[in-house]
Amino acid sequence: MAPYYPHTDQDRDKMLHFIGLSSLEALFESIPNDVKIKKDLQLPGPLSEIELLETIRTLAEKNVSGVPCFLGAGAYQHYIPAVVSQLISRSEFYTAYTPYQAEVSQGILQAVFEYQTLICQLTGMEASNASLYDGANAAVEAVSMALNITGKRKVLISQMIHPEITQVLQSYLKTLNIQWDIIAESEGSVDLEQLQKVMDSDSACFIFQTPNFFGIIEEACEVEKIVHQHGALLISIVDPISLGILQPPSEYNADIAVGEGQALGNPISFGGPYLGFIATKQQYLRKLPGRIVGETVDANGKRGFVLTLQAREQHIRREKALSNICSNQALNALAASIYLTTMGKQGLQEVAELCLQKAHYAAEQMNTLPHMKLAYNKPFFKEFAVRSSINPIEIQKKLLKNNILGGYPLGKFYPQYQDCTLYCITEKNSKAQIDHLVQCLEVL
Amino acid sequence: MKKEMSLIFELSSPGRKAYSLPSCDVPKKEIKEMLPEKFLRKNPAPLPEVSESDVVRHYVSLSHRNHSVDSGFYPLGSCTMKYNPKVNEEAAKFEGFSTIHPYQPAQTVQGCLQVMYDLQCMLREITGMDAVSLQPAAGAHGELTGLMIMKAYHRHRGDVKRTKILVPDSAHGTNPASAAMAGFEVLEIPSNDEGLVDVNVLRSTVNDETAGLMLTNPNTLGLFEKNILEISDIVHKAGGLLYYDGANLNAIMGISRPGDMGFDIAHLNLHKTFSTPHGAGGPGSGPVAVKKELAPFLPYPIVEKIEDSFMLNENLPQSIGKVKLFYGQFGILLRAYCYLLSLGGEHLKRSSQYAVLNANYLKEKLKKELSLPYDTICMHEFVLSASNLHDYGVGAMDIAKRMLDEGIHPPTVYFPLIVKEAMMIEPTETESIDSLDQFVKIIQMIIQEAKTTPDKLKESPKYTVVGRLNDTLAARKPIVSYKSH
Repeated sequence: MAPYYPHTDQDRDKMLHFIGLSSLEALFESIPNDVKIKKDLQLPGPLSEIELLETIRTLAEKNVSGVPCFLGAGAYQHYIPAVVSQLISRSEFYTAYTPYQAEVSQGILQAVFEYQTLICQLTGMEASNASLYDGANAAVEAVSMALNITGKRKVLISQMIHPEITQVLQSYLKTLNIQWDIIAESEGSVDLEQLQKVMDSDSACFIFQTPNFFGIIEEACEVEKIVHQHGALLISIVDPISLGILQPPSEYNADIAVGEGQALGNPISFGGPYLGFIATKQQYLRKLPGRIVGETVDANGKRGFVLTLQAREQHIRREKALSNICSNQALNALAASIYLTTMGKQGLQEVAELCLQKAHYAAEQMNTLPHMKLAYNKPFFKEFAVRSSINPIEIQKKLLKNNILGGYPLGKFYPQYQDCTLYCITEKNSKAQIDHLVQCLEVL
Repeated sequence: MKKEMSLIFELSSPGRKAYSLPSCDVPKKEIKEMLPEKFLRKNPAPLPEVSESDVVRHYVSLSHRNHSVDSGFYPLGSCTMKYNPKVNEEAAKFEGFSTIHPYQPAQTVQGCLQVMYDLQCMLREITGMDAVSLQPAAGAHGELTGLMIMKAYHRHRGDVKRTKILVPDSAHGTNPASAAMAGFEVLEIPSNDEGLVDVNVLRSTVNDETAGLMLTNPNTLGLFEKNILEISDIVHKAGGLLYYDGANLNAIMGISRPGDMGFDIAHLNLHKTFSTPHGAGGPGSGPVAVKKELAPFLPYPIVEKIEDSFMLNENLPQSIGKVKLFYGQFGILLRAYCYLLSLGGEHLKRSSQYAVLNANYLKEKLKKELSLPYDTICMHEFVLSASNLHDYGVGAMDIAKRMLDEGIHPPTVYFPLIVKEAMMIEPTETESIDSLDQFVKIIQMIIQEAKTTPDKLKESPKYTVVGRLNDTLAARKPIVSYKSH
């Protein structure tokens, strides 16, 4: 049994003797008796390693895994190259602390500098931070930036962004008594007429997602015109894999680009840990929250990297900090960097194209089934919504009996789409898997 | 190892590949058949093009330029840099956990839900609180969540006057930052000459505008707030709530519980107290625990058990809402769960006892070398001051940089703000007496040097891959990404 503290009884006695105390209990005399626990904590264990792994194995077997999965909706089954998991298992990375002492942390500092660069290369934006907790919190921070930059107090949110991102935004805006308006969808994408109507000189920003929650690619250029006409900031939530072939946010003049970086080399892991990326224009660099790594030199002119612009952060500015964030998601950002450098310029294009081809093939096949039809005939990337005369929950159950994890029933978040399911196809779904899915759907 | 290292972009060469993908097995269509040209990138993202062995050599070299707990001692006060158990890493790799999609139907994720449910129960027991949310992604995130709960609670009572949060002057920066982010005004309560919250000032400061007081106990000086019951009474009588910053929980597990001290809301740092790795800056995890009156305000969903099955309950009408996508940092929750199962209650208590023993041992050894503002039995950490070396022109920063040349990570410096030239030391329970004695020897040597040849400190570090870096330049002319020219 390894409890991880190395003390033998002799060590303990030697140390107590040096301090001049007679027992371990004597160390806690400053704690009043009224607040001392009178009985032992009721906790399971202790377990040896063998017993622990047995317990974990039994629990893992209670989950359904290792079957074809067609779920997306914000968390994606993309292939993680073997080098990623090997490299982030190096304990010099994962057991390190935040790089406040730069001289002995050049490894992670340079890796994060490279991550920031890669995010800029991907999104076309000019400055990125070292990562945030997830895509939803990145959206919150972007909105916070827009409120700060414009000084305005109204936020416009597209109905077609990930509904959980909307919920997280609303929790935050409610707390701060900031008004928001939801811009409804029309035929599965942003209703541009409504956006034009609602947007005014009090609007700090419009936040939208492309491809949106239904997988549909939004008319970003049209959106941009309307938003900038009114002096508001444009915040775009993007799928990093899609940027292998889709127009990056810089090309439609987004002010802030954010997104969920899990698809870049991070396991799906029941929802976390993931990472949020945020990137912006050079002029807003000093408004970015969280950690930022910068390049500098030492006394001998040698290049090195440090945490920089720390006067924005909590440990310096305290209640005047731009954000309270302390920990970021460094290890996940490292995994994302390794993924992007492994895939490289060519590879990311190829992954994106595989997703595009397979998703369109699957959609076409499903569209031929009598009881199914694509919800909208609009351009999409790797996800699409399918309407069916059979209840999506029933479909889900029947597919499970065939050892398939089907798509996501949309009725939960969009009551007007009770009859629709969101399917996601990635490079990991083979033609055989897709054909089998379609076959199973056919006989329903 | 002293030569400059290339950036991955500087190693790039057009046409090099590190990836492996299968060819397209579905009938291929022209891209323009599927997507209008206006949606396509004009040029591919200019990512680097390197070979797989380039990638591996690059990151392995980077790893060699990084200190870590697995390489050496990290006596960082307030961070609890304890050993990260390897069996927990094994557990997190099980495909039956790492490949699970958060939107899989509940009956297909019973293993994940059980881990979360059991962890909720364990954390309730350890903190003496009634309900737990595992959703927040880090300590600061937990603080913000707790403060949002506090706000919702007062609003629910129709009490909108409570706009102020009190924090001690020794508080960690995230406390006031989180309070401000939640829309509160922050008031500081001074510490008395014992280094504890000045109860008299607190009593005269609380009023009907006080939403609550944020405390960590033991505090950032490593001292137990022995007046905690009185403090709790004062705050509650004024109608406020008491918030516990769990960063220092490592001192008191199995010995005292925030719930029993009168705290209403608490956050925990799984990456501190519960051994999950720091990851060089995250991911962490900051669960929030509350007393039952506040349970209705917790973020949804909460994991519940109905007979023998587990489910995610989203039906919390008074909830503050969600604070994160999906359910929390599951991979981190799993590691903390393993840690707790490995230790059980008895070893958890021992861990705290040895954390405190180690701190007191170091304190007694080092108080001859540096000045000790509060010479009393400490908890799991203590604060020294390098101000006794002022006459030699040497400060905490110089000592810290000199330590780097000895392969040891320095303690936290210049925090808490109320001690000049502060050096906060937290050994944790996973350091042996030999490791501590070695650390003492190094400090003694450095202090000697400070008195006889202070220039040696000023010039350090000399043997790290870079010397002292120019922070001022980095902030004045920020270069935050590589641009090939």
